[in-house]
Amino acid sequence: MSFPATRLSVVERTRSGDEETRRVALAAIIDAYWKPAYKYLRLKWSLDADAAADLTQEFFTSALEKEVVEKYDPARARFRTYLRLCLDGFASNARKAERRLKRGGGVDVVSLDFETAEGEMATHEPAVAADVDEMFYREWVRALLERSVADLEDYAAELGRPEMFEVFARYDLADEGEARPTYTAIAAALNLTTATVTNHLAAMRRQFRKIVLERLRDLTSSDEEWEAEAAKLLGARR
Amino acid sequence: MISDRAIDRLREAASWPELDARYEITGVAGFGGMGTVYVARDHVLDRDVAVKVLDLADRNGSRARRLQREAHILARLDHPGIVPIHDAGSLEDGRAFYVMKLVRGRRLDDLIRDAVPIATRLTMFDRILDAVAFAHAHGVVHRDLKPENVMVGGFGEVYVMDWGVAQDGSADAEAAVVGTPGFMAPEQELAGDVDPRADVYALGVLLALVSGEDAPASLRAIARKAHAVDASRRYQNVEAMAADLARFRNQDPVEAYQESAAERAVRLYRRYELPILLIVAYIVMRFVMLVWRGV
Repeated sequence: MSFPATRLSVVERTRSGDEETRRVALAAIIDAYWKPAYKYLRLKWSLDADAAADLTQEFFTSALEKEVVEKYDPARARFRTYLRLCLDGFASNARKAERRLKRGGGVDVVSLDFETAEGEMATHEPAVAADVDEMFYREWVRALLERSVADLEDYAAELGRPEMFEVFARYDLADEGEARPTYTAIAAALNLTTATVTNHLAAMRRQFRKIVLERLRDLTSSDEEWEAEAAKLLGARR
Repeated sequence: MISDRAIDRLREAASWPELDARYEITGVAGFGGMGTVYVARDHVLDRDVAVKVLDLADRNGSRARRLQREAHILARLDHPGIVPIHDAGSLEDGRAFYVMKLVRGRRLDDLIRDAVPIATRLTMFDRILDAVAFAHAHGVVHRDLKPENVMVGGFGEVYVMDWGVAQDGSADAEAAVVGTPGFMAPEQELAGDVDPRADVYALGVLLALVSGEDAPASLRAIARKAHAVDASRRYQNVEAMAADLARFRNQDPVEAYQESAAERAVRLYRRYELPILLIVAYIVMRFVMLVWRGV
């Protein structure tokens, strides 16, 4: 399947009358966006780690309290762009008010691990400030793909075929600086035939694409926005 | 956290098409408006091929239909200037694709930046005209002719590519306004449905680019006539344009240009340079002999 079945995305569910549905949807949005937001504040707004963490907490608390997410108009911008613009406005107001950023503390729907985000920044800081907007997008993509990889691992485990995910991880998740292993090397390491490795890889990639597109649909507000984001994410012209 | 390298690999993993065992994707050859062209190894025939694949399967299937229509157009247009198609189908994830000959060469927009002699440029342009005229004869209007859609192979062979927005008279042909600004005929900017003169217009723009700023006035006039704003003032078909271009190459007077007496003299001199030089040499020799005898 390539086009996710029609259903309400988390963005759409933030408008739900049911408090629990709305809370879960907002938690999903925070889960997808808090890390890009934190890194964006650190770099674009040159905030130190504590101030960026405070402002991130406060922003998402505000997103809950002031219904920032619910005010989103899909006709005017992609949700990702809207949220980044809201973050800019929020940071600008905070700076203008010259107020000390107090701890937000109200975000209890997800735990935000700023220490990890800070550690990641040490190795992935953009070279120039002009890259910051692109960095926001890339961090958003990173968050999306990380969760999709986790989903894929769960999928393989549920099938009772963890080795399928292992093939995928060894081939497509090889780390920075690592050369991609050959099919033969993976086959030897996992005691599989080369044909099995290529079959597993093909099956996992198909499932991965499906998961990514479904998650993406969840984070967009319309089919049109989903198509545009999917083309940007998966089209070869990036 | 997954690394930047892993992000790229994961995006690639999720986007590269999984074809059957026959075709193994090995790289990206280029990009189109709605899809990507990959290089693949055809393990059955042991050769490289190009595979055009939609980036996304769409909800209403319109993109898939468009790609399939393009595949059918290519299958219909069996011509040395139009890339041959080998296979077509849909991936498991719903994306349509087709397999075609892999053209190894350079795009025309890249090639004309080099100091290519005008005669070579016009030879290439003639081949473009030939391919487009053939398509018109089969009821197909390309609608997006531009240097980026022309490939020149290593042996000077020319391929008119990207027939994705071509109009072929079929019911599901693109009715919307399509094309590239600067190459689109005025009537094409207003309505999707056009006649072959829209391609003549684009060919006029293309000829102006191919022939360069230093082109002779009569060649520039051919380009100008081809991309006249009023379709009725253009060449009415590609054959008429090709005929005028042939006249230019043969140093005959062209239909598009009214030459002065001096230009006519220069043209005739160039055309009959050798006989004229021989006659002049004969006259000079006779004169010298007469003078010598007189002495």
